[in-house]
Amino acid sequence: MEYLFSSAVGLLTAAGVYLVLRRRTFPVILGLSLLTYAVNLFLFASGRLALNLPPVWISAETAYTDPLPQALVLTAIVISFGMTAVIVMMALGSFLSSKTDRIDMDETGTPPSDDEGRA
Amino acid sequence: MIGFLTGPGLDHWIIAPLVITPLMGAIMILAMRNHLELARIFSVATVSVLLLVALSLLWSSAGGAIVSYELGNWPAPFGIVLVLDRLSALMVALTAFLALAVVLYAIGSGWDARGRHFHALLQFQLMGIFGAFLTGDVFNLFVFFEVLLIASYGLMIHAGGTRRLQAGVQYVVYNLLGSTLFLFALGTIYAVTGTLNMADLAERVAAMPPESSALIRVAAVLILGVFAVKAALVPLHFWLPAAYAEAPGVVAALFAIMTKVGAYAILRVHTLIFGPDVPVMAGLITPALNWLALLTLVVGNLGILGARSLGRLAAFAAIASMGTILTGIGLFTPQATAATLYYMVHSTLAGAALFLVVDLVRARRVAEDDRLIAQAPMAQNGLIAALYFASAIAMAGMPPLSGFLGKLLIMDSARADALVWVIWAVILITSLIGVVGFARAGSLTFWKRTEVPVVETPAPGLPILATGGLLAAIVVMTIFAGPVTGFLSATAAQLHDTDAYIGAVLRPERDAS
Repeated sequence: MEYLFSSAVGLLTAAGVYLVLRRRTFPVILGLSLLTYAVNLFLFASGRLALNLPPVWISAETAYTDPLPQALVLTAIVISFGMTAVIVMMALGSFLSSKTDRIDMDETGTPPSDDEGRA
Repeated sequence: MIGFLTGPGLDHWIIAPLVITPLMGAIMILAMRNHLELARIFSVATVSVLLLVALSLLWSSAGGAIVSYELGNWPAPFGIVLVLDRLSALMVALTAFLALAVVLYAIGSGWDARGRHFHALLQFQLMGIFGAFLTGDVFNLFVFFEVLLIASYGLMIHAGGTRRLQAGVQYVVYNLLGSTLFLFALGTIYAVTGTLNMADLAERVAAMPPESSALIRVAAVLILGVFAVKAALVPLHFWLPAAYAEAPGVVAALFAIMTKVGAYAILRVHTLIFGPDVPVMAGLITPALNWLALLTLVVGNLGILGARSLGRLAAFAAIASMGTILTGIGLFTPQATAATLYYMVHSTLAGAALFLVVDLVRARRVAEDDRLIAQAPMAQNGLIAALYFASAIAMAGMPPLSGFLGKLLIMDSARADALVWVIWAVILITSLIGVVGFARAGSLTFWKRTEVPVVETPAPGLPILATGGLLAAIVVMTIFAGPVTGFLSATAAQLHDTDAYIGAVLRPERDAS
């Protein structure tokens, strides 16, 4: 289970990093989303992986799983959801006003021509 | 409740900056979204009250007591604590003072009328900054970072515009990556130590055996990377120039404190938890931080020299000042920390003043063009030039203002370091480069002019007052350098006395009530 879980986190991170390095805003935002999924899973695993154990202490049970990472993940999910919404709106505003969705900008402020940024 | 009425009482004021700001922000959005005048009045009133609260907190912390405020009365390390010591009180007071100048400038210059919700966003931004300075829990630090960032995204694109939106997208992407890295660091820290309370972390990390330290060392470097992004340490500074140059001048002035949040976090976490004396941290942080800080100084000052517009000049001046601050932090001695704090307070005020001057120039030019080319002479050229001159002297670290004293103190504290000659040489040579850059930009802006008739614009007094207020604070810092450095030496000593902090948080003296 540990191998499966960690390779899933690694794969998501690798895909996220690759997409973040693209030149257009849409793949970059997708990459950021993948990275947040990866980090959510990573946080979840920081309390050790356990199967079929309650996250609360019950006197009848002897073993329980750490509830704190679950609370942390919840916070992280809410924050990343809000942040993604903000960046989608800003990217949209930038695209509509500059007519290009390239993420870089040049000195003079004129948007670079569209065909060289196809990536 | 009874404790509030009978007890020391002042302890409960620690949470006031975190309650007043979101409350007022929410009221402004709900009730005053169409009443700019009302929002202005409430904004000035709120920030003034915050300044009073912050000053009284500073006064109460000056005695040397470290007060830990347990949210919901959950004892540390199970609950979240707010911790007030000299350092956090100082940073809170500095933020409140800067906020007052920024609000006055925004009202006087009409920036707050150019888009919606300026004052509400400002309140949320202040909440995040105060929270980051006051919290004693690393995950809570992450949450407050996000609060201040999401408010800063709104402020950064205030009043809109293509360039501003494009720069805003870059800024948000970079900071979201930083946040993701922060979560990876926190997950690693929690997995290794099983706690996120700073005082508890400090105890557990100090007790770790040096043999099995790989994971915690990775976490310490990751979290340093996150703070270095915020503090604009080269090579993680690329978000700053475009964002600060394209943001409204008044917002960029407020952002002068944001890079200092990163510096504060390094100072707090990497002295308290991952200090250089902790066995598992041996030889890990200091060398890299020293060299990168010096590189930051070089890049920042070369940027000042090479800037083609006033906005980018001020942005690179901010990077250069972070280079000086991080050089001081990287020495990790109480004396160097005291010197760094002096320079940090100074450069926050000077950086904000410089951005306000840049905005004053933009307001007097056609189409807010701040490129460094000869243009029509602007209204009140002499006054603005004088303000630019003063803030440039302060930023470059020339005598007689406190930037000179700050750099001198940092160089003096580096005397015992192995790198002393490198540090002295880099600080002195880069200062010279910075001075040349500022002089070139100033003469191009204020003395070279095309023969176009002057367009007289009505000149409101409030922006000049706000800029002058920041510069006056720098003058006060210079005149009262003795008492100020005395307080800052005590602050640094308290910061490096980690046992006192840990004791105050984990084993507070409970009163019988």
